[in-house]
Amino acid sequence: MSHNSVDKLVKMANQIATFFTAQKSGDPVAGMAEHLAKFWEPRMRAAIIEHAAHGGAGLDPFALEAVKRLPPVSVG
Amino acid sequence: MTLIKETDFGTPESKSEKMVTLTIDGKSVTVPEGTSIMRAAMEAGTEIPKLCATDSIKAFGSCRLCVIEVEGRYGTPASCTTPVAPGIAVKTQTPRLAAIRRGVMELYISDHPLDCLTCAANGDCELQDMAGAVGLRDVRYGYDGANHVFARNNGEANFDWKPKDESNPYFTYDPAKCIVCNRCVRACEEVQGTFALTISGRGFDSRVSPGMDEAFFESECVSCGACVQACPTATLTEKSVIEIGQPEHSEVTTCAYCGVGCTFKAEMRGEEVVRMVPWKDGKANHGHSCIKGRFAYGYAHHGDRILKPMVRETIDQPWREVSWDEALTFAADRMKAIQTKYGKNSVGAITSSRCSNEETYLVQKLVRAGFGNNNVDTCARVCHSPTGYGLNQAFGTSAGTQDFDSVDDADVILVIGANPTDAHPVFGSRMKKRLREGAKLIVVDPRRIDLVRSPHIEADYHLPLKPGTNVAMVTALAHVIVKEGLVNEAFVRERCDQDEFRDWAEFVSQDRNSPEALESVLGVPAADIRAAARLYATGGNAAIYYGLGVTEHAQGSTAVMGIANLAMATGNLGRRGVGVNPLRGQNNVQGSCDMGSFPHELPGYQHISGAKAREVFEKDWGVKLDSEPGLRIPNMFDTALEGQFKGLYVQGEDILQSDPDTRHVSAALANMELVIVQDLFLVETAHYAHVFLPGCSFLEKDGTFTNAERRIQRIRKVMSPKNGYGDWEITQMLANRLGMNWSYSNPSEIMDEIARLTPSFAGVSYEKLDQDGSVQWPCNDASPDGMPIMHINGFARGKGKFVITEYVATDEKVGPRFPLLLTTGRILSQYNVGAQTRRTDNSRWHEEDVLEIHPHDAEERGVRDGDWVKVQSRAGETTLRALVTERVAPGVVYTTFHHPSTQANVVTTDNSDWATNCPEYKVTAVQISVSNGPTEWQEKYRELSVSARRIATAIDAAE
Ligand code: SF4
Ligand code: SF4
Ligand code: SF4
Ligand code: FES
Repeated sequence: MSHNSVDKLVKMANQIATFFTAQKSGDPVAGMAEHLAKFWEPRMRAAIIEHAAHGGAGLDPFALEAVKRLPPVSVG
Repeated sequence: MTLIKETDFGTPESKSEKMVTLTIDGKSVTVPEGTSIMRAAMEAGTEIPKLCATDSIKAFGSCRLCVIEVEGRYGTPASCTTPVAPGIAVKTQTPRLAAIRRGVMELYISDHPLDCLTCAANGDCELQDMAGAVGLRDVRYGYDGANHVFARNNGEANFDWKPKDESNPYFTYDPAKCIVCNRCVRACEEVQGTFALTISGRGFDSRVSPGMDEAFFESECVSCGACVQACPTATLTEKSVIEIGQPEHSEVTTCAYCGVGCTFKAEMRGEEVVRMVPWKDGKANHGHSCIKGRFAYGYAHHGDRILKPMVRETIDQPWREVSWDEALTFAADRMKAIQTKYGKNSVGAITSSRCSNEETYLVQKLVRAGFGNNNVDTCARVCHSPTGYGLNQAFGTSAGTQDFDSVDDADVILVIGANPTDAHPVFGSRMKKRLREGAKLIVVDPRRIDLVRSPHIEADYHLPLKPGTNVAMVTALAHVIVKEGLVNEAFVRERCDQDEFRDWAEFVSQDRNSPEALESVLGVPAADIRAAARLYATGGNAAIYYGLGVTEHAQGSTAVMGIANLAMATGNLGRRGVGVNPLRGQNNVQGSCDMGSFPHELPGYQHISGAKAREVFEKDWGVKLDSEPGLRIPNMFDTALEGQFKGLYVQGEDILQSDPDTRHVSAALANMELVIVQDLFLVETAHYAHVFLPGCSFLEKDGTFTNAERRIQRIRKVMSPKNGYGDWEITQMLANRLGMNWSYSNPSEIMDEIARLTPSFAGVSYEKLDQDGSVQWPCNDASPDGMPIMHINGFARGKGKFVITEYVATDEKVGPRFPLLLTTGRILSQYNVGAQTRRTDNSRWHEEDVLEIHPHDAEERGVRDGDWVKVQSRAGETTLRALVTERVAPGVVYTTFHHPSTQANVVTTDNSDWATNCPEYKVTAVQISVSNGPTEWQEKYRELSVSARRIATAIDAAE
């Protein structure tokens, strides 16, 4: 995915992180990872995982941690 | 088929549980206490003559036609105003009564024209019927004296006579035929709640008058038609009846406009609709309607309708009319070619909240089983997707908790970000009725919507918060509830997860979440917030109604969960009069969500990753399903701009006009190789389409819609589809060219399949719907007749989930460049993108979108009422006319998005809800300045609209 749209994914991931960071019960990082797995199309997940693997510029630390927990995606 | 005649019992039903037995004409009758003698007689099959009574309004007792005798009582009381009493013996017909009635009728007729044969109400006139019923044979008084009937008396002008008022495009008022029975006035008050009509003058001079002797069109009248329906004579008559004549058969069907889901009798003459009459047995509307459902069906016949399929190689070419076969083959071949070239995930579809459940179901089935991916989404994405997500998190079901009738038991009504009197008018009228009975009202809305103050209604608290701060508001309300000890401890202990509750209570209790601390963020006095919170928590049954003003925000899902928190904390769930009620925009928003339109969910909200649910569908459909969620609408656009999404099938939606950030959407559409639009008209999206498949209206097909209360109701075909096929048939033909082998011969078979595969629909079938009229899902073995109120003994998910709702300011912040906040909404007479309503006389009420701006902001910018103004945001700019009004707070501007020329979505941004990507329509930072006409974009767009709609003439095509 192009630079432009990774920016958008980063923004969306950070928005999601804002919600989950605030949660107390359970494991909020897992909560966010599950959210991504359930609602993000594989291509979007693959792009954010790759971005995170390259340092994850712009990703909030909480979001970065959640993205790192995502299982790898094969995009066919 | 026959004309359905509903029984008029004369007076409303009594809700009493105590029964009373009496005799009427020697027959024993048992009815609830408080029933009128008139109604009791009708229930026993005896129709007492009447003129001023009808069962939609309270008895009035003015005509004296309905007199009766009660054994042992003196006189001849009116049966409409006299309640039953135990043991009394009533006589409905005696020589004395007959004489009185004839006398009454004689007086009425002596001031009524005798042009029955040429009167539009001939055959449907209660005055005529009553003259027959009482045996009127002679009228002794002539018209020589004072009368209202003739324009001239003996050559002199008759000042008692008044001309017809034809100002309303849908009905006429002919004062010469009025018997001053007051039914219209009472219908306007009691049923509609608008109070537009009065009786001016007294005695012989009394006349029905809209407002202060205004024409109907100029008055407060909202053209709901309740008065027309209540009028026993031809005085108030639909223009369509005057033009066509009386109907001869009718079918019950459901309104295709808003999420209230009013049911109607479509009264027909052949295949022509004579009029739509709200159905008394309709559980959502109980015989009432608004201007849209009753009158605005003419778009089905509009000349703009496209009736032949069309294709074009590229979008700069004119359209070419082709056969169905050619269009479908063109579409299917290109779709297959795209998938071969760009991969199976490069295509998808968008289902419609305006189409039926069956149609939506087929489109998502085509995507999942035919395209082999899950790239299907619905326009609910852009309105209520946060409701689905939020309520599912909190309670375990993606739907409102109540039926509409529940509002009758509400003591406190909290309306957040919804404008029921404009957007859900019939429910708005129900709500107003309850408010007039004394329920308290809290309105949370940046704008002073009509409910805040209208005749006989005044909100106890209006909290005009700044756009984008809903989450801060619900948290502040929760703060007061927790800190002041107003939590319903017993409910929370029994029903909700304790740890989550404690975490939440601790969070909302923090000082930074108090109304005082948030006062400057919200722009609402802390004392008002405190008082409103106390009222909500302690005022008895408290019900929350919310709309797009809650969901269409960056924190839309959080706000929905915050609302659920409030209801759980105060125990306002699981019984009548309470609950969390999303007011859905379009007619089938609920249904389209239920039917598996979301890329991550199979029908019935079964997540696509669940192997068990997938297996059920795989077995039935005979294919392997992809277990990964697909692209949502905004993701489709982004992916299209990447060049990885190339083919889109759009059924019944106008995404180019309705979705935010128009430039982005049009660039994405332009990047696709195949856009198939299935619609009634060449909508804006069709500018970018390669294939146009003409669809049909709700009058031309069978199916079901599901309204905001989860109520599944039938639509019935009353005329043959002008385009040749129902939309479900078109999807089937396309699917079959993609190798699907479907053979549905009737939508009922599709519903049977849905029932087979979706646990919450297991008991639904057309037979069931024909029998019961409607049913509210879940409908299965556990609740065979559906479920009006949900979560009665516990939540669907088990324990109710409290979620921490941290407020974060949206990225759309005001600053020096864009100092004002634009928020958007809708208006009564128009509907969504207006594709239908703009093609009816409804447009006379709203000819263009205007920008509402506070006098203070207007003055600062030199803007006067009616000026052209430019609205600029970081996404784009457009122009429209200004309306200077105090309805909006300083710092806030407001507009609607019903007209394509306005291009309001050129200025809205691509911000969206964190959980669902529902766009943030409700907040855009803008600047306003005086302008002298349309922007360059609007001009260019206008040119595009003309060129993209070109259709090659037969000669061109032959070349
Ligand atoms: S307009 Fe019709 S309903 Fe109204 S008072 Fe006259 S006759 Fe009655
Ligand atoms: S159309 Fe509706 S609002 Fe208008 S006068 Fe009749 S009842 Fe009242
Ligand atoms: S638009 Fe809504 S309120 Fe109006 S008639 Fe239709 S369903 Fe009822
Ligand atoms: S119907 Fe009872 S007084 Fe008119």
